[in-house]
Amino acid sequence: MRVSKFSGFRLVREALRGHRGWTPLWRNPEPQPTYDIVIVGGGGHGLATAYYLAKVFGQTRIAVLEKGWLGSGNVGRNTTIIRSNYLLPGNQPFYEFSMKLWENLEQDLNFNAMVSQRGIINLIHSDAQRDAYRRRGNAMLLSGADARLLSREDLRDLVPFLNYDDARFPIRGGLMQPRAGTARHDGVAWGYARGADALGVDLVQNCEVTGFRTRDGRICGVETSRGPIDAGKVGIAVAGSSGRVMALAGLRLPIESHVLQAFVTEGLKPVIPGVLTFGAGHFYISQSDKGGLVFGGDIDGYNSYAQRGNLPVVEDVVESGMALMPMIGRARLLRSWGGVVDMSMDGSPIIDRTPVDGLYFNGGWCYGGFKATPASGYAFAHLIATGRPHASAAAYRLDRFARGHVIDERGAGAQPNLH
Amino acid sequence: MLIPHPLLGPRDAQEFTYLGDARLLARPDGMAEGAEAAFYDYVYLRNNPAGVHRELWFHEHGDRSWLVVTRDTLTHDILGAELATDVVRRERPR
Ligand SMILES: Cc1cc2nc3c(=O)[nH]c(=O)nc-3n(C[C@H](O)[C@H](O)[C@H](O)COP(=O)(O)OP(=O)(O)OC[C@H]3O[C@@H](n4cnc5c(N)ncnc54)[C@H](O)[C@@H]3O)c2cc1C
Repeated sequence: MRVSKFSGFRLVREALRGHRGWTPLWRNPEPQPTYDIVIVGGGGHGLATAYYLAKVFGQTRIAVLEKGWLGSGNVGRNTTIIRSNYLLPGNQPFYEFSMKLWENLEQDLNFNAMVSQRGIINLIHSDAQRDAYRRRGNAMLLSGADARLLSREDLRDLVPFLNYDDARFPIRGGLMQPRAGTARHDGVAWGYARGADALGVDLVQNCEVTGFRTRDGRICGVETSRGPIDAGKVGIAVAGSSGRVMALAGLRLPIESHVLQAFVTEGLKPVIPGVLTFGAGHFYISQSDKGGLVFGGDIDGYNSYAQRGNLPVVEDVVESGMALMPMIGRARLLRSWGGVVDMSMDGSPIIDRTPVDGLYFNGGWCYGGFKATPASGYAFAHLIATGRPHASAAAYRLDRFARGHVIDERGAGAQPNLH
Repeated sequence: MLIPHPLLGPRDAQEFTYLGDARLLARPDGMAEGAEAAFYDYVYLRNNPAGVHRELWFHEHGDRSWLVVTRDTLTHDILGAELATDVVRRERPR
């Protein structure tokens, strides 16, 4: 299929011709009876996996099966924060690899995903927290990422509107990652979808996987709402539905599904320069290019597949926001929504083989898998194509819980609603 | 969400903290054969159903009792609640 490139020149040409020359970004093919590789889930991770399988690992005859429409899951529901400011050795190099892919993503995909490296600041409210963030900053530097410890005075220059002298949680400084920022979540899904389609991947929508077919302990296909499809290998990237889908293969996972809410206000003039996180509660905020303040906080905290949350968490998030920057009390909330997130038992993801030969699993992204989209797709494609884990994701094994090698950034233990 | 506390009547879910699947009541015997595998399963693996789920809620800001709440994870409808001690007595008679 011929793909026409996007460029400034083309935009001007189309504008002059009344925008009649644009074509759909991808085909809408009927599923074939057989593929070499079937990816289940047309979210960011599934689409990125298909793209890298075709582009980097030279695989052909690939399909992505999506039960709804492309990008209808968490990839289009998140608060769009991308960052590589983790602490632990199993995590930080992976997220930094992802950040490097983000930095070249739009050129690679020839698609505007509105990647904006406007920086993230994690606020510090106590001496102990400063020590912890100093350590984290050093871990980030060691992985090749960037990190800056900010004093209270540095912060006052950058973000003068914060509530610095709150009696309970005064702001004492911050840890900044200047290269972090935001990206247009839908744009990321669409960019990967267009890229994968152009490389010959079939993106099959309204096609729910309802079962797996195996022969002698090896995967040989999937059952779908549009009939059976044969496959040599099957990769699962269904985020919040991980438990349901893997149960079809008889597997129980170290994962619970929970609901996370997000919020956006009416559009305002630019007030927040980057991404800010409150260090004394769970609250993070940025401003979209359209002007809306986009923010969120804790997950609701109980198992849920409802894709909507309840009011107590709305109250909690808004209270945290008011404590941090009282000026947002003047903004009107426009919308709030929820997404079902796959909370793992240590707060870190899984990219691994499964006990079923030829069946691969990618999940457990918790509330933070958007930033991972490029690296997750790359590492999952590497695993599926070569049979070996990618170096950046080598710690994300399914059996790490049984072996006692958990990657627990929060140190919260096997309690998903605390990660 | 309102939880129908068997002793106190309907209480706001905010008064409770959530632990998870009520299977956690059935703690394996650490001295038994195969305890390692049983504990891996107990600590880490979850059925995580979409639909009816029996789960443990602690009435932290109330009478500090543990409840087994039956709730639909697809709709958040609460279908019932029992004292966890009653459930344990019934399901594990001594
Ligand atoms: C409110 C909210 C805010 C968030 N904020 C951030 C953030 O700021 N930064 C960050 O890094 N992360 C964030 N996240 C997390 C991030 O969005 C997810 O971790 C990530 O999007 C998950 O990967 P995905 O894009 O592949 O998932 P999804 O987009 O959910 O894709 C999974 C797809 O699988 C499909 N599927 C499910 N079952 C089947 C089946 N049986 N057959 C076929 N298809 C199926 C679904 O329809 C869905 O489209 C947030 C999440 C939420 C909900």
